Amino acid sequence: MITHPYTNRKFIIFFIIILVGIVFIFRLFYLQVLYNKYKFSAENNVIRYITQYPSRGLIYDHNGELLVYNEAAYDLLVVPHQVHAFDTNDLCNLLNISTDEFCNRYEKAKKYSMYKPSVFLKQISREDYAFLGEKLYKFPGFYVQARTLRKYPFPIAAHLLGYIGEVTMDEIEYDSYYKSRDYIGKSGIEKFFEKTLRGEKGIKVKVVDVFNREMGNFHDGDYDISAIAGSNITISLDVQLQAYGEQLMKNKKGSIVAIEPASGEILSLITSPSYDPNILVGRIRSHNYNLLLNDSLKPLMNRAIMGTYSPGSTFKIVNVLIGLQENILSPQTLYSCDGPESRPIKCTHYHVTPLDLKEAIQQSCNSYLWKVFRSIITHPDPNDPVMGYNVWYNHVLNLGFGKKFNTDIPFELNGNIPESRLYDSIYRKNHWTALTIRSLAIGQGEILVTPLQLANFAAIIANRGYYYPPHFLKSTKYKSNTLLYYPRQVTSIEPKHYEFIVDAMLEVVEGEHGTARWYKLDSVHFCGKTGTVENPHGKDHSMFIAFAPKDNPTIALSVIVENAGYGATWAAPIASLLIEKYLKGKVKRHWLEDRMLNSDLISSN
Amino acid sequence: MRESKSIFLNIDWIAILLFFMLILMGWLNIYAAVFNEEHRSIFDITQRYGKQLIWIAATVILILVILIIDPKFFSTFAYGIYALSLLFLIGVLLFGKEVSGSRSWFQIGSLGIQPSEFAKFATALALSKYLSTFNFSLQKVKSLIISLAIILTPAILIFLQNDTGSAIIFIAFILVLYREGLSGSIMITGIAIIVLFLLTLLIHELYIIGGLLLLSLVLLFFIKRTTGNILKLSLIFLISALFVFSVNFAFDNLLSEHQQTRIRVLIGIEKDIHGAGYNVHQSKIAIGSGGFAGKGYLKGTQTKYNFVPEQDTDFIFCTVGEEWGFLGSFIVISLFILFLFKLIRMAERQKSNFSRIYGYCVISIIFFHFLINIGMTIGLMPVIGIPLPFFSYGGSSLWAFTILLFIFIRQDAYRFQIL
Repeated sequence: MITHPYTNRKFIIFFIIILVGIVFIFRLFYLQVLYNKYKFSAENNVIRYITQYPSRGLIYDHNGELLVYNEAAYDLLVVPHQVHAFDTNDLCNLLNISTDEFCNRYEKAKKYSMYKPSVFLKQISREDYAFLGEKLYKFPGFYVQARTLRKYPFPIAAHLLGYIGEVTMDEIEYDSYYKSRDYIGKSGIEKFFEKTLRGEKGIKVKVVDVFNREMGNFHDGDYDISAIAGSNITISLDVQLQAYGEQLMKNKKGSIVAIEPASGEILSLITSPSYDPNILVGRIRSHNYNLLLNDSLKPLMNRAIMGTYSPGSTFKIVNVLIGLQENILSPQTLYSCDGPESRPIKCTHYHVTPLDLKEAIQQSCNSYLWKVFRSIITHPDPNDPVMGYNVWYNHVLNLGFGKKFNTDIPFELNGNIPESRLYDSIYRKNHWTALTIRSLAIGQGEILVTPLQLANFAAIIANRGYYYPPHFLKSTKYKSNTLLYYPRQVTSIEPKHYEFIVDAMLEVVEGEHGTARWYKLDSVHFCGKTGTVENPHGKDHSMFIAFAPKDNPTIALSVIVENAGYGATWAAPIASLLIEKYLKGKVKRHWLEDRMLNSDLISSN
Repeated sequence: MRESKSIFLNIDWIAILLFFMLILMGWLNIYAAVFNEEHRSIFDITQRYGKQLIWIAATVILILVILIIDPKFFSTFAYGIYALSLLFLIGVLLFGKEVSGSRSWFQIGSLGIQPSEFAKFATALALSKYLSTFNFSLQKVKSLIISLAIILTPAILIFLQNDTGSAIIFIAFILVLYREGLSGSIMITGIAIIVLFLLTLLIHELYIIGGLLLLSLVLLFFIKRTTGNILKLSLIFLISALFVFSVNFAFDNLLSEHQQTRIRVLIGIEKDIHGAGYNVHQSKIAIGSGGFAGKGYLKGTQTKYNFVPEQDTDFIFCTVGEEWGFLGSFIVISLFILFLFKLIRMAERQKSNFSRIYGYCVISIIFFHFLINIGMTIGLMPVIGIPLPFFSYGGSSLWAFTILLFIFIRQDAYRFQIL
């Protein structure tokens, strides 16, 4: 055997190892046996995480009127693994369900998981819960979880407020904040302001015993995270105006959009037919939702932002503005009109000829506008309509048409202002002229606009040449920021041209031959323009854009009543009533109001 | 005696028994740590306990292969294996997959391999080979430098992967050097350095210097006051004082933020149960709540509800502490100590220097893992992410420890063939 000089060192290594072992054992003895702080909860105690749902922020209108609030509801959860024998009948009675249904639900829960909680019954009302809560201890394995339901004191504005619903798998994947069964804003304000309204979830860690009785907080609540309530928001909506507008639109299809021109804040966004937002809440939701979904009148569609219409005669103002800006038209320009004999577009109005620009607007002369439009397209080069068209196209886009505003209104549509390419592909390049696309002169043809864009256009005229993108946000807290979020857009038309248009639009309402002369108000001067829009779905759409008062306007609006006839018959009086209501607070013309409220344009069609 | 028979006859079955006991206990505790009620079977391979069983089965094959290989193979190719493992370490730096900040994994399909785990036995082989060369002496400075180079090269490469824990383990080889003749005063100096380091962080440096001065004066009273001794003492004092100042500087400027907090939390300057101290705090609660006899198998609430992160890997000892209590912890610690004793006995009975040194390498590595891992779960060591040998979940570490150990068992079985 080879002797080694350092053999004795094995004892030292030996010693080090045993020393570490002894230190460890002493330390463990101290931690596990002597030290008492870590010994809590009896052996069979189970820890349960209870998600604390924050209360969702409330929504107020611009006068501080409450639009949306919360009401408590309770979900009954079950963990099949923890269920012991119990009186099924008793529970069924408490829950108001049949034994069969009970079995179905229970089997479903078992199939989902024996160990994970699944929802047994959703959204039990506060009243029902009062009885259930007392007796819950008899049903081990069943828990309740408090949730909030949205409630609406006014049965209005369903579309724009939107609704909340359980998250989908996609939404969970997109944002890991959400867990299965959480609520999320699905549309409207609820969707856009989800992050502000939702708050932050919290967690409570509780110790419960085998009988599912709470034994108190786990570890003195050290691991609890308290929920942070969602922030309230104030939106620009005016409840009175919205409610009145919805009343006027009862039994009619269409929409009303009203904007405060000075700020771009939306005062009302009405779509009809509509529904009471309260019917899409709680357990009745899915039933009612299906009814609405299958309704042939499409009440779920928000026509104000998703309905796209040919703008008809209201669009004549756009063409006039472009003509004035491009210097191919002046207030003194005279054109002749042959009435119904006019070519290529006949005119439906009878009036003097030749007529000047103001008369043409006042009486909505098709012939005059055709000639204006032809000049725009043939300027500067009569042989190159594309050049003229592009000038026209840029102005139209600049006036807020053909694109979304991308503010806080989810799901708005672009409408459609075609690029010249479209005509190239329909008629082949160099094979189309102003004549080919003449319908655009009077707002028909390929162009489509939304009621929101039309109302915004009214606001542009009211402002004499600029707009703030229409939006809802109006919290006092964010007030100073709103205009930063949605900065002022100045249009490509000079203010002086608007002044002329404003006067012409006043004539529409107050002029001797104005198309809306029957609805002028004694107390206030307002400006408007009628539209009667041909469409393939039946009677013409009745359309009107307006703003009031003429000087320093505080409201601009668009009204569309589908398949109703002349713009002057329906849309104009409705707009007039709304202006009276908004500016005067009270409507004096009861005869007009009654006629609008009582007419049913849906069943009569 | 024919050689083919002798392999199995001379194998140390007690060591193998201890090895399998540790592995089995590890597996049962992994089951408890990640227990999933939806997948109750311990054999369910979608769960970590099922996977660990596959790793364990594979180790049996690995063991058979190692036992069949000629024991001389490992000493002959020690440097080759070492060089290969260095190549892998460089490779993983370049092509490795980054997992939570460390670039230390090769991803091959769904299989992750951690070269740093295998670098340990490769380094052990190379070191044993070098230290066992004829006429070798650690008293020569050159030999010492080469030995340190063998140890530090892989350690630095692993450190560069940002896997500080695995790099620190290479300190373990100091124990081997000590057994093979490294001067004891170096060990004492090392310990003194660590003590001074910790004191510096705890107390203001001027107090320490004052303390050192006092200590020197007291020592001066006891030793022979020759010029040489006085000079030596004042030199030691000066160096210590310099060290204290430089530690402060190094701590503030060289260590990363999270390393600083970990050390601060460890020595109790900082109490931050939600930040860096969270793991340790949770781990102590889990172990402490186990009490004397434990909560019972699969009944640990701390364990079940995922309060302790990485409970199946680095914090596996929590499960032992919580479910088996002080009794279980005592048994596990005793088993490790017994196992280490057994290995020391085996190492000391080797006739070849290579086998003995290699044996000590195995002992040192296992011991250091044991020291740091359990030390950290009970709050005696900083949180350094290294596994508990044979216990923690993970294929790479289980295989690496198995290879490390069984090369030694193979050498041991062969000991009678050496004259």
